[in-house]
Amino acid sequence: MKAELRDILTSMRASYLRELRAYFATPLAYVFVAIFLMLVGVFTWEASRFFDTGLADLQPFFYWHPWLYMIFLPALSMRLWADEIADNTSELIYSLPVSLFGLAAGKLLAAWSVAALSLALTFPMWITVNYLGAPDNGAIAITYLTSLLMAGAYLSIGAAMSSLFSSQVLAYIAGILVAFVFTAAGWPMLVGAISGLLGAAAGDLVAQFSFLTYFETAQRGVLELRALLFFGGVTITWLLLNTIWVSNKRAFAG
Amino acid sequence: MLELKQLSKSFGGRTAVDSMSFSLSKGEVLGFLGQNGAGKSTTMRMAAGVIEPDSGDVIVSDRSVVSNRREAQRRLGFLPEGAPLYPDMTPLEFLNFLCAAHRISRKDCRSAVERVIADARIGDVMSKRISTLSKGYRRRVGLAGALIHDPDVLILDEPTDGLDPIQKRAVRALISRMSKEKAIVISTHTLEEVPAMCNRVIIIDEGKLIADGSPEEMAQRREGGLEEAFIDLVSKKEAASHES
Repeated sequence: MKAELRDILTSMRASYLRELRAYFATPLAYVFVAIFLMLVGVFTWEASRFFDTGLADLQPFFYWHPWLYMIFLPALSMRLWADEIADNTSELIYSLPVSLFGLAAGKLLAAWSVAALSLALTFPMWITVNYLGAPDNGAIAITYLTSLLMAGAYLSIGAAMSSLFSSQVLAYIAGILVAFVFTAAGWPMLVGAISGLLGAAAGDLVAQFSFLTYFETAQRGVLELRALLFFGGVTITWLLLNTIWVSNKRAFAG
Repeated sequence: MLELKQLSKSFGGRTAVDSMSFSLSKGEVLGFLGQNGAGKSTTMRMAAGVIEPDSGDVIVSDRSVVSNRREAQRRLGFLPEGAPLYPDMTPLEFLNFLCAAHRISRKDCRSAVERVIADARIGDVMSKRISTLSKGYRRRVGLAGALIHDPDVLILDEPTDGLDPIQKRAVRALISRMSKEKAIVISTHTLEEVPAMCNRVIIIDEGKLIADGSPEEMAQRREGGLEEAFIDLVSKKEAASHES
């Protein structure tokens, strides 16, 4: 057990450092951070008409996070395994005495670190609302934390989808599709339509699988255990699926 | 040091490797020969733990690749076909990554890196991106990676492919130096290299072992040396399978 844990941690560390270096060795991380910051600004200031709300809080900023993550985070995770398969470096890593779970976790953590950096660089918005008024900073911190957890869940889905394809484009599309299901399941229009067709219980049940449902309470500054468990559970479930799919590739590879 | 026991693998109903068995001791350098598609790479990939066999086992220094993969892989170095590497890394970063994957401490890693830089003669490209290196250098970086943990068993899939004659000679000299302490399996299409590098030859066809002996014994089978003997053995097998 101790040896297994040591193998996992060693593999995670090796994989994390390699992937983080890979993100910043190419323009990918810089472009990602720049576009994310630009769009988050556009959506907050323009689409949500921040200044028209007359409130000094970051709800118009956080409102867009699930939708932006749905589109952007699969772009960050799409290369994690697809590149290994395309460049045949999967042959190399399968020949190393590493834990596949540790490798997958290291890759996920590296992508998560880039997402965390992007989120951290939105701090001027937090400063701005403090300049304009007296927001509940505790609530904002809780929402930031929950947003980061939600980003991990989106990335875990994207990383798992990446392990199924040798093409980054296909991995990206598959990542968006699955992320869309987990997002749109809580969209009021869709929940309303399902409730109308199959009853309110069915609508509520579908909404329980959506990131929107759990992030909505966090946006009000409420730290809910069920939200933490949901995002943590989704992250771990897809990380395990990722490990199983990579492991199956070893077993059935041609 | 290396033992293959009744190793078999099929892909979609086609048998790639069929009950392959042989063992290799310290000091043996095996030339693993066969036509394209004979099952060489599949056998080597199974031996290195890259893919799992349908049945059979591989034992590396008393550890089973099937039931104790990581412990077996700690004692085994593998150079895959084409020497795949991370193009965004420098050779130094790549070797440090492999040190971390093999759980080599930072201090030991430094000396291991120095050793393999000297062995593979890659000192002058250590800070260049791998994507900018020539095919020959990439292969040598791959070879350095396979040696970083000083394994008991080395499995090298086409180690001299893409190298110029001087580099080929250097690799042959390196293999010769290492052969005393290790068991080495080399797959190659260049049959002239075999007597210079190997003291044992196995020829496989359609996933089955069809000949096993020293390069001299193989060469004596037919006038014209190892190449003629190889063609003779493979074509005899083909003729027999057509008749049946």
